[in-house]
Amino acid sequence: MARSGRGFNTVSPAEKVLRYALLLVVLVITVGPFLWQLSTSLKSITEDVYTQTPSFIPQHPTLSNFTEVAKTIPVWTYAGNSLIVAVLVVGGNAIGATLAGFALAKLRFRGSKLVLGLFLATLILPSEVTIISQFVIVRGLGFADSLIGVALPGAIQMLNVLLMRTAFLAIPADVDAAAIIDGATAWQRLIRIGLPNVKGMLSVVVIFSFIFAWDDFLWPLIVLTDPDKYTLTVGLQYLNGTFTSNPRLIAAGTMIAFLPIVAIFALLQRFFFKGVDAGAIKG
Amino acid sequence: MTHKRWFTPWLLIAPAAVWLVVFNALPAINTVILSFTNAKPLGGGQFIGLGNYTRMLDDQQLVDALINSIVYMLICLPLLTLLPLLLAVLVEKKLRGIAFFRIAFYTPVIASAVVVALIWGWLLDDRGLINGMAERLGFLSGPLPFLTDRWLLLFSAISLTVWKGLGYYMIIYMSALGNVSRELHEAAAVDGAGPVRRFFSVTVPGVRNTMLLISVLISVFALRVFSELYILSNGTGGPGGRDMSLVMLIQLYGQGLTGHLGYASALSVLLFAVTVGPMLFLARLNRKES
Repeated sequence: MARSGRGFNTVSPAEKVLRYALLLVVLVITVGPFLWQLSTSLKSITEDVYTQTPSFIPQHPTLSNFTEVAKTIPVWTYAGNSLIVAVLVVGGNAIGATLAGFALAKLRFRGSKLVLGLFLATLILPSEVTIISQFVIVRGLGFADSLIGVALPGAIQMLNVLLMRTAFLAIPADVDAAAIIDGATAWQRLIRIGLPNVKGMLSVVVIFSFIFAWDDFLWPLIVLTDPDKYTLTVGLQYLNGTFTSNPRLIAAGTMIAFLPIVAIFALLQRFFFKGVDAGAIKG
Repeated sequence: MTHKRWFTPWLLIAPAAVWLVVFNALPAINTVILSFTNAKPLGGGQFIGLGNYTRMLDDQQLVDALINSIVYMLICLPLLTLLPLLLAVLVEKKLRGIAFFRIAFYTPVIASAVVVALIWGWLLDDRGLINGMAERLGFLSGPLPFLTDRWLLLFSAISLTVWKGLGYYMIIYMSALGNVSRELHEAAAVDGAGPVRRFFSVTVPGVRNTMLLISVLISVFALRVFSELYILSNGTGGPGGRDMSLVMLIQLYGQGLTGHLGYASALSVLLFAVTVGPMLFLARLNRKES
């Protein structure tokens, strides 16, 4: 009875201890491997990384692995290439998905149902199914082995169009009605009423477009052949395949690919979790 | 009329529509057409009927790839349906610092599969942390060949997928848990149901639809696996190339100047055929919910 007598939200001290213990166990499992890799990337060449008594704290922490990996592969160029692709993809999705999402949600026109149906239909098509034919098209356009070719197919993603449409649909009709009576053009309604009301979803689209582009591997692997144009993920695979002898260098390379995405997510996560609480994130 | 010029909506939709046609619709149609030809990256491309499809029947690597997919799915399904739900229940209560834990548990999701696979490749190395610890603690007398044995390599890739997926499905469960009736929980607690009992008789039925959605997502992702196997096997597909996935075969045949676009396209059609069922089911689920 004592249990049910208390409010449902209060947590007994014993339960609190148990919960924190479990949280810490999961924390070690999920974040531990990243920390181990970070630790490896900071260990000096004189420290035995293979030892059977692993030490998490490097004996003589050094950044030399980061300069060393840059001598082995042009890792900073690769980071720049990844950034170029990510910026193109984020820009394309922010603009393209917003415009189309607004038109599909807020403007009435002949054929809108059909267009919406076509956007929805693409969702059942896994990107890997069309990837070879996409390459044929990108090569036909003259963008094989180029960063533009890497960015192009994902620059407007159909899922993002539909997410933005959902966000615009959530704006109450009477907010819009006043503007229509005032004779506002579609463009003015988008800028003055639409955009301020879909900031949350737009941030989600921006975050995920960035992560998608930065993390993508299969598509740039297919498009790029010139090692100078590699993005980070393809470059890391190249490093791993060619120079496996030194795990410190691979660790340094993976950290260069991993840390920026963590920083960006940490900066923008409040938008993301706000979206989760509002039920915006679904499969 | 809610806008003055009839073409305004079309102007706004135009960029997305161009992408829809050029990078989705045309490649989809072209994939089907190419699958009936012997197209090569440089020229070629005669109609060869069902040649590519009959070739599949004798392709031992494809048989292996499909077996791998089934094993992948059978292991991922129960683990990734259940574990993330437990995690979501764990981070549900608003304890001090819970926001930090939520973000931390999500970290593997935002990392590239390449980064994650390289990290695990190092952990599972013959002389890596896991073998080293196991030997030191006396569990093993020699290193387990996680990355060079046909089945261990597959299981390593599966554990990696499960580990990387935990946070992703946790988030989906979190938003579903918000809809589970608090009153029902309280009533069950008043009736003397303990936490385990409440989990099975209140929480699980409350998120049943989400569970269904998630198990479909898991099946589709298991069929689409690429990076984990590619990186862990260093692009080779494991001993004798027996740890290939369907997507690895598509990449293998489709890439490079010596590629077999026709056969790669036929494999793509096969990939579509095995994913379309779950995908359509998913689409129906989504429509019902909204």
